[in-house]
Amino acid sequence: MTVAEPQLTVDGPAAAAVPLQVNGRRCVVELEPRVSLLDAVREHLDLTGTKKGCDQGTCGACTVWVDGRRVLACLTLAVAASGREIVTIEGLADGDELHPMQRAFLEHDAFQCGYCTPGQIMSAVKLIEEGNAGSDEDIAEFMSGNICRCAAYPNIRAAIRQVRDRSGGGA
Amino acid sequence: MTVVGTPVRRVDGPAKVSGAARYSAEITLPGTAHLAVVGATIAGGRVVAVDTAAARAAAGVVAVLTREDLPKVAAEPHLLPSLAGGPAPGQSFFPMQDDVVHHAGQPVALVVAEEHEQAQYAATLVRVSYEAVPSVTTIDQGRDRAYEAERLFGGLLPGRSERGDVEAGLARADLRVEAAYRMAANHHNPLEAPSTVAVWTDGKLTVYESTQGVRATQQTVAQLLGLPVSHVRVVTGFVGGGFGSKAMVWPDVTLTAMAARHVGRPVKLMLPRPRMFTSNGHREEQEQRITLGATRDGRLTAIRHEKLSVTSPFDDWAEPATGVSSQLYACENYLGRHRLIRGNTMTPTFTRGPGEALGVFTLETAMDELAYRLSMDPLELRLRNHTPVDPAGHPWSSDGLVECLRLGAERFGWADRPPGPRATRDGDWLIGTGLAATAYPVAFFMPPQRARARIFADGSAVVQTSTQEFGTGVLTMATQVGADALGVALAELTFQAGDSDLPNSTAAVGSAGAGMVSSAVHAAGTALREQLVALAVGDRGSPLHGAGPESVTVTDGRLTSSGRPGAVDTYRELLARNHLSDAEATGEWRPPPLDTPHGLLTFGAQFAEVAVDPEFGLVRVRRLHGAFAPGRVLNPMLARSQLMGGMLWGMSQALLEGNHMDPRYGRWAATNLAEYLVPVNADAPVVVVDLVDVRDDVVGPLGAKGVGEIGQVGAAAAIANAVFHATGRRIRTLPMAPELVMDPAGPGER
Repeated sequence: MTVAEPQLTVDGPAAAAVPLQVNGRRCVVELEPRVSLLDAVREHLDLTGTKKGCDQGTCGACTVWVDGRRVLACLTLAVAASGREIVTIEGLADGDELHPMQRAFLEHDAFQCGYCTPGQIMSAVKLIEEGNAGSDEDIAEFMSGNICRCAAYPNIRAAIRQVRDRSGGGA
Repeated sequence: MTVVGTPVRRVDGPAKVSGAARYSAEITLPGTAHLAVVGATIAGGRVVAVDTAAARAAAGVVAVLTREDLPKVAAEPHLLPSLAGGPAPGQSFFPMQDDVVHHAGQPVALVVAEEHEQAQYAATLVRVSYEAVPSVTTIDQGRDRAYEAERLFGGLLPGRSERGDVEAGLARADLRVEAAYRMAANHHNPLEAPSTVAVWTDGKLTVYESTQGVRATQQTVAQLLGLPVSHVRVVTGFVGGGFGSKAMVWPDVTLTAMAARHVGRPVKLMLPRPRMFTSNGHREEQEQRITLGATRDGRLTAIRHEKLSVTSPFDDWAEPATGVSSQLYACENYLGRHRLIRGNTMTPTFTRGPGEALGVFTLETAMDELAYRLSMDPLELRLRNHTPVDPAGHPWSSDGLVECLRLGAERFGWADRPPGPRATRDGDWLIGTGLAATAYPVAFFMPPQRARARIFADGSAVVQTSTQEFGTGVLTMATQVGADALGVALAELTFQAGDSDLPNSTAAVGSAGAGMVSSAVHAAGTALREQLVALAVGDRGSPLHGAGPESVTVTDGRLTSSGRPGAVDTYRELLARNHLSDAEATGEWRPPPLDTPHGLLTFGAQFAEVAVDPEFGLVRVRRLHGAFAPGRVLNPMLARSQLMGGMLWGMSQALLEGNHMDPRYGRWAATNLAEYLVPVNADAPVVVVDLVDVRDDVVGPLGAKGVGEIGQVGAAAAIANAVFHATGRRIRTLPMAPELVMDPAGPGER
């Protein structure tokens, strides 16, 4: 006589088609509900510019924009971003023309290994828009959600100052 | 025009700021499955059973592997530093070969699934039952079983360093300073977690790996799997920081290759952050003691420097802490030794500024105490004990310590400082300044380094070697060196690295990367230039025909001869006339012998200003100044950035970073970046880096010594000395947490 083994696992809902709008493009991705926005863009859309540092919301490497606000993609479920406008680092440049913040990071050598850099830049652009780049202390404080283990922090501040001063914003 | 020595911007910068730069986990091959590693939850004992039924039944799971499913390794690993150029396992142990658990986090099962989320979830369903035995994971638990290490570093270094008669030197001293220190464990925490993608094709293995040494990884994996080295290829695009965590080859890369072979598909592992704390080594918890003897005029008569730390059950590993304290100052009597406790941890490993970062902390805070005891300016005490030769009497390959101390002092404004402690207040804050001399050994354990240079008929050129870019700027620096050596414009030359199929370059560790790569690239570029010059002077069609090869110089691809004004040939025309589509040459650099008659240290000086709130114990670093003499500076912008980063690592070591074992469970207390503190932007003060140019004809053809470690070494000491100057309190525990710094004194401190 065969006895059925007790069902030990509880699987979540199966993957479903999730519409996403990333960098102005609409796409539909087969995703389980537990897939983070970070893994959705990296593993399913091959947009690997958004980085996975801690996957726990502590390092900022995964910073993207959702509906114009900087958010941590590792703490955002992809399904929750459906219907919203998502921008990743790949969507920042205007074709081959780098965003002023990207150029400023180059000019001030504001990175070394480059792994935190996309998140730093996505944060830095919003920092100025938010009006939180008025002083060096403000820049340091409001950029403190983005860890740079190479510790390029003084150069990151210099890059942000440059963009702020040339755009006349930030205060 | 030469480009070496100029601040060329990073050649990989555009790819990094646009998100185009690919790191190892970002290689996704068709059919890739995802790996999750299940780690032991006990610190010592054995695995009794592994119940994989629930995990196997979970959605998307391809395979669950226990030690029964895993092949035996072809050879037992033996720890050897990757700088030696051979296989370089991080520890003399490979997991999942038997049922013994040596440390918490040790891999006990592998889960492979279609998707990352499925693998992670199924890993939580693996039920492991253990038979636990009491564990030892802290110095306090194992103090009574400490022993003196005979050899360190896989046998490459002696555990003891001794000259003269320390007891006699101390007996002769007018003053003694004795101090004991406690330093918490550190974890590298590069922002990119170690990542591996392994794929098998026709019995050959390709590994995409985040590593500081593609050749070390290739050789280690080949040895463990019993494959010919030629059947293993390791590719590394970009590496998101290493700091030592990727300097050795840890079990995960080979486990991933085993899993990929088992499932017959490419397999990707990206370590979750918590697993980083138990998968790639750490800087060990340690205690150091130092005794200085000095005459009344401040001359050292004896130094005794001892370290006690916890290592794994398999290896006598200690970061060597006495390489600088044994050499930095003129002192006839010296004893340095390392004592170890075998405990339930994995083998510790290189962490930025390995050994010397803490050894110099001990030496230079003790020197500060000595200066106060002598009522002597701490700067003067260093100058007074400077030595132009190493303990064997050999002159330094290049010096610069005095220049660094003087330049740093001038730029920092050292002379304006009140001599006594607790003399300056700014509102609620006590202000203090401190300095430290610093040095870091230059090591030549590596085998010959090679690079290949190739030029094409259109004048563009490629130089290749198997190094890897993890933030040092090596791609940029090597492009500069190659362009100058070959005599082409920077824009014409592409430097390629990150592939074990390229000519040999040893792992970039211990500040040796710049020296090794620049020397090999210089040799290759020079060899190709000489080949082409010889072709030109022997070519009847060349305006330089018959000229002496030594009279020919090449700039921007144009060949001219000092003996033949006005005559110009070009690489393009030369190759076209000779019907050559390309030309190539390999260059080799052999490091100086280990017994080279030169002292080998890189020197610098560190200065710090701090503000301390004595009621809350808060320490804010207001500014850091460093002056360094790393030989020839190949790119001052990149060098400054790396030195600045190192100085901030020193700040972090002084004030933030530390992990502790929970002695009850033998597990790390902090396994994430919320609790394991690293500096954020708001912690980072203004940092000033000055470079002192010193000529060095020993360390390589370009005379470059490397800047990866020296920025960190001494920075924590300068900060601790500044905290003393601010508060009058001497903190000998790292990190200097607020409860140690605040005024209502903690017992034992001061």
